[in-house]
Amino acid sequence: MDYQYTLLILLLPFLSFLVLGLFGKWMSHKVAGIIGTVSIGVVACLAFYTAYAYFGAGRDADGTFATELPYNFTWLPFYIGNLHFDMGIMLDPITVMMLIVITTVSLMVHIYSFGYMHGERGFQRYYAFLSLFTMSMLGLVVATNIFQMYMFWELVGVCSYLLIGFYYTTAPAVSASKKAFIVTRFADLGFLVGILIYGFYTGTFSFDFTVSGSVREFAGASFILPTALFLMFIGGAGKSAMFPLHIWLPDAMEGPTPVSALIHAATMVVAGVFQVARLFPLWITYAPETLHVVAWIGAFTAFYAAAVACAQSDIKRVLAFSTISQIAFMMVALGVCIPGEHAIIDNHGSLGYMASMYHLFTHAMFKATLFLCAGCIIHAVHSNEMSMMGGMRKYMPVTNITFLIATLAISGIPPFSGFFSKDEILAASFQYSPLMGWVMTGIAAMTAFYMFRVYYGIFWGTENKEYHEEIKAHGHLGEAPLVMTLPLILLTIITIFVGWTLPGTFGSYVSATGQAYVIHLDPKIAITSVVIAVASILLATWIYARSSQPVAERMKAAFPRLHEWAYRRFYIDEIYQFITHRIIFAYISRPLAWFDRHIVDGALNGLASGANGIGERIRPLQSGRVQQYAYVFFLGAVVLFFIMII
Amino acid sequence: MIQIEYFLIVAAVMMFAGIFGFLTRRSTLAILLSIELMLNATDINFAVFNRLMYPAGHEGYFFSLFSIAISAAESAIAIAIMINIYRQMKDISIDKLQKLKW
Repeated sequence: MDYQYTLLILLLPFLSFLVLGLFGKWMSHKVAGIIGTVSIGVVACLAFYTAYAYFGAGRDADGTFATELPYNFTWLPFYIGNLHFDMGIMLDPITVMMLIVITTVSLMVHIYSFGYMHGERGFQRYYAFLSLFTMSMLGLVVATNIFQMYMFWELVGVCSYLLIGFYYTTAPAVSASKKAFIVTRFADLGFLVGILIYGFYTGTFSFDFTVSGSVREFAGASFILPTALFLMFIGGAGKSAMFPLHIWLPDAMEGPTPVSALIHAATMVVAGVFQVARLFPLWITYAPETLHVVAWIGAFTAFYAAAVACAQSDIKRVLAFSTISQIAFMMVALGVCIPGEHAIIDNHGSLGYMASMYHLFTHAMFKATLFLCAGCIIHAVHSNEMSMMGGMRKYMPVTNITFLIATLAISGIPPFSGFFSKDEILAASFQYSPLMGWVMTGIAAMTAFYMFRVYYGIFWGTENKEYHEEIKAHGHLGEAPLVMTLPLILLTIITIFVGWTLPGTFGSYVSATGQAYVIHLDPKIAITSVVIAVASILLATWIYARSSQPVAERMKAAFPRLHEWAYRRFYIDEIYQFITHRIIFAYISRPLAWFDRHIVDGALNGLASGANGIGERIRPLQSGRVQQYAYVFFLGAVVLFFIMII
Repeated sequence: MIQIEYFLIVAAVMMFAGIFGFLTRRSTLAILLSIELMLNATDINFAVFNRLMYPAGHEGYFFSLFSIAISAAESAIAIAIMINIYRQMKDISIDKLQKLKW
């Protein structure tokens, strides 16, 4: 079976980026949009065909899907210990799954943007960046080795920067894009150091862990490999917005909403999870303790983000924090995996791996729906603030239904997809420790609560009648055009059906060992989580669904400090501001700047002025008086004459 | 037969008169004359050495001829330069001509 055509999956979006980027200026908006959308549409078809061919090809003798390498060539040799930097395409179950996720969400966002970005300045540039992003993300998931992954990882970061700063004439967008870039760049430093340590000690960058025998020999009782893995995880934590590197993600919502859906909710932010999953065989074999540290970081992040999400009033911020929380769920799921006997992966101990990938898949779909719905609403009311909304169900029925279904999915209500994946995560957590299980169940309940809070805040609750009348007076308050609602409906259909109509279960495609894993719903955990989720939904309904919210007001009044803290995101941004400005800038950067300005610059300036001064001294010799020159020349000749005589 | 030393003494006197004139005169015209004096001193030397020491050859004569031709051309150019300088500055004293330094 060859998969030569998979190269097109990378080439087509790249070509579309080049065409749109170079010639977009002379294109009409429509042509530019169609070029971008058609190319990504073809890529989506190819991705689905790849998935069909790959999973349809059947399993090998050992019950796993074979890892395919359609392309792999040495790009740059390093001349150190036989290391080389390869480029290529690798297909294995999680890659194929990611191909589907990325191309589906990207296609939906491309279609949706036709409506959302209609008439916007820089429309062609927008589509060019979307294409570049899609290419980079696809390159990241098909990477054959960790260095290629790193390269595309950085490309993805650049695209994120470009798209957050799309409205580059507004100050918040500019600072948000810089913040995102600097924070993730800072984290990527850890990734790079991790890669180099790993490569130096194991002699390979390849993801093919079976042939790299040196890993096994070397890693034994060493702490090097866990350190390298943890450093790489820091890079992943930056991309995936784990506490305390999460600060860029809420600000990233300054970008256009479809971009938030594509990059900052569905695809790019799960790159960190994908990275840990990609290196999972190493983690579980050589660094299970470190993996559990990752789990606890994830659990804390999930809790923190959920707590903050409960108090935000900007709907995109709520969704951003719920994204952080859900990605943390995936991290937890990976982190709670326990090695089987003889430190070998088994499907039972590594249930979390499957759960994490499953949640990644379902989350991408329903979170994209949520963001695209939020885009429709923002498009209608021209504001992100919940206080400007309320009662929107009358005006936007399609958005209402799709948002509700996606909210039910994220809350973990059957039969929507989120229920199945979240349930697996909870099962994996309980398997690791009951404490972790209960913590995650509690956070799942918080998820249901804050998601319904925002749902009621938008579609029910107190309607801002004055403002809505004003919008109606100026034009139109109502459902978005079909080009925007169609992606919502398609994504919602996936959310409804993917959990229980997939032939077999998700575990029969993606699992830790590669062998088919049949998902059993643990009735105890499933019932507990559903009951708790329903209870939180009812609580949210009781508090927020009515046209006035006395309970919420009273709660706010009873705990003003807590509400203020949560609203201000527990002052993490202010702490960063303090540390960077007051401590790093004042006590490290300023002395360094002084040193640079006075010592380094001073030395060079001294050199220059010294040369200048010597020149001033020598200059009078060149007097311009011809007779003086002649006299010197004559004396010189006389001296030479006497020297020759002697 | 005149001794070679007498020729050389005359040539040396002309040479040093030229050098002295070159170093001390202020007028560029006088300096040009001094240069001519030095050139003629060397021409005499060429001719004399050829005539009295290597009578079979002619290289010294030729060299003198070349030298005379070159000094004629050089004087023409030098005087042309002086005329131009005079048009610009109304003066051809060497101590006024310091603008082309650096």
